[in-house]
Amino acid sequence: MNIVIIGCGRVGAFLAGLLDEDGHAVTVVDLERVAFEHLPQSYKGNTLLGNGTDLDILRQAGIENAEALFALTQGDNRNLMGAQIAKEIFGVRRVIAKVNDPIRARLYRSKGLTTISRTTILGTLLHAMLVEDPVVGKTLMEKSLAHEERLSVETPTPAKAGG
Amino acid sequence: MVAGGGEVGFHLGQALLEAGHEVMILENDRRRAQFIHEQLGSVVMTASADEGRAQIEAGCQRADAVIAVTGDDAKNLVICQLAKDHCHAQRVIARVNNPKNEIVFKALGIDETISSTRVLMGVIEQELPTGGFFPLMPLTGSHLELIEAEIAPNTPAAGKKVGELGLSAYGALIGGVVRRGEILHAHGDTPLQAGDRVIVFTPTAAEADVRRSLFG
Repeated sequence: MNIVIIGCGRVGAFLAGLLDEDGHAVTVVDLERVAFEHLPQSYKGNTLLGNGTDLDILRQAGIENAEALFALTQGDNRNLMGAQIAKEIFGVRRVIAKVNDPIRARLYRSKGLTTISRTTILGTLLHAMLVEDPVVGKTLMEKSLAHEERLSVETPTPAKAGG
Repeated sequence: MVAGGGEVGFHLGQALLEAGHEVMILENDRRRAQFIHEQLGSVVMTASADEGRAQIEAGCQRADAVIAVTGDDAKNLVICQLAKDHCHAQRVIARVNNPKNEIVFKALGIDETISSTRVLMGVIEQELPTGGFFPLMPLTGSHLELIEAEIAPNTPAAGKKVGELGLSAYGALIGGVVRRGEILHAHGDTPLQAGDRVIVFTPTAAEADVRRSLFG
């Protein structure tokens, strides 16, 4: 599958590493070159320096042939804009935006955009772990740790912190 | 409601107040908001305009227009979409900093955009000695715009009749011809001369084709 990821912070780089290992053709876009240091050393996909809400940059990233796009920058608004461009203008089938403000996440979900709020997801996981909910807490935690293990073998500590 | 109290937002707010409008400026930087408060009075709220709650508190639902003028296109888009879909604002207008985003905003439901780059291009091209071509305005609620062009000597249009330009193939139409200050009715067989100014209605997407038909 051709996949475009906007934003190479910790989440974007982690997901890029997983999808690359799964054998997908991944292109990750970020404004800052240092952001690509978050990627695991094993990463064999493409990186593109530029603004992920710019039509020309998205075309260069191969959005016209992409089956999925993830908008994972630090800015909710940029993620909402990038995701809507992918969905409405380029007709990308699977589009998911990280929107940390739960209110905005819900509003855009009601408009048909798939939005994930880290606030809600992480809060729900922590709650599930506390009450020892086996379906949510245990399963997700086990899967997360397995992914961490898979990527951590070669992951260097990034020089600069980011999101 | 003016979203963003930077240079554009501040001066726009001031001009709107002078014209007798009721204005509320949303600015998230506390110091900048304080400055606006000192200059213009109680017409500013320290809040981020891209949050639905802030918009409602600022009276977005009662506003005749919501104008997003921050320097961040993604923020302006979200402000306008929230105002339109969440607050049901009557009219939303967005400043776009990257002129390519005019098309993006239209595709995502925000029809009224102002691009400072395009306005400046218009001014510059208006100043050129011959062959001026400048977009006058987008037509609200459509994908059409109004263009004025001056027919230059030795261009494909000079000496041709209106009907021979083939503009209808792009869905464009010459609405009038201004010759030496007089308006002429534009028929298919109206001949064009160098120095004529033509007023063209065109789909925004066909602007480049219209320019090519007139100037080669």
